[in-house]
Amino acid sequence: MKNLNLGFVAIAIISSFTFTGCSKTSHAAIKDQSNRKLAPDFSLKDATGKTVKLSDLRGNVVLLNFWATWCGPCQIEIPWFMDFQKEYKDRKFEVLGVSMDDDGWTSVKPYIAQRKINYPIVIGTEQTSTLYGGVEALPTTFLIDRSGRIAAMHMGLISKSEYKDEIVKLLDGDGGIIQEPVKSSSLFSTGGPALFFAN
Amino acid sequence: MKITAQLRPGYHCNSNTPSDDYLIPLRLSWTAAPLTVSGVVYPKAQLEKYAFSDKPLSVYTGDFEIVTKFKVPASAPPGLAVISGKLRYQACTDRMCLPPKTVDFSLPIDVR
Repeated sequence: MKNLNLGFVAIAIISSFTFTGCSKTSHAAIKDQSNRKLAPDFSLKDATGKTVKLSDLRGNVVLLNFWATWCGPCQIEIPWFMDFQKEYKDRKFEVLGVSMDDDGWTSVKPYIAQRKINYPIVIGTEQTSTLYGGVEALPTTFLIDRSGRIAAMHMGLISKSEYKDEIVKLLDGDGGIIQEPVKSSSLFSTGGPALFFAN
Repeated sequence: MKITAQLRPGYHCNSNTPSDDYLIPLRLSWTAAPLTVSGVVYPKAQLEKYAFSDKPLSVYTGDFEIVTKFKVPASAPPGLAVISGKLRYQACTDRMCLPPKTVDFSLPIDVR
């Protein structure tokens, strides 16, 4: 019988998945209009094959939500966003979901149907994530004013009432004056979500 | 052979048998030739309740070990070789989730 010598193998895997990250959520308030940067534009297809271009939603207050079907905290928020979509639709408000599921529509289409999601969902790519500073944690949600500028960002689950307060504030008059968009080459000039795996 | 994983406080990862179909399980797989894998033994999972879930989830927290049992076939050539493994996991706190990740690793072996 052959023997296997594993004695000299150091079990050095310990450090290879020591997870690091931010355990606190980002609870930034609505930014002053002068501090808002333009939301990076993207065009992605929704579940019906229709192209959704973010900049086409300008004029609306937009809740842009990065999520995935495997994300437990994301499941909590989605019904809230459906409520907001219904409640504020007539006030020029839109929710747009960006799924970061690796298997794309295979998981997402049944999910949308089962939960009867009433707002457009697109499948995000690596590029979409990079545009938004590298979306590492889910859910990550941006509130975008009527001029297409990012007014708030939340990483992780927050309360429905916090979202509601911010949405209403943007709808009520802090939604941004529609003007020529501010050109910005870098969305996060002083850092963004900072989540790392230490391997 | 034992692999030890360490999760930072506040984080959990789904066990190898998560509570719901939509959750991504912990999975250790091997490319073990010239060896064969006779079994992978995962630790006993904890059932933990989180704010985002109606029911307790089957998870690992803190430090845990996964044991792999190997067999050496009679046909295995003697000498040094390298086997490789992949550990796929997906970790969350009670408020956010990190993307699923696969850690690749390789181990030298000596068949005598």
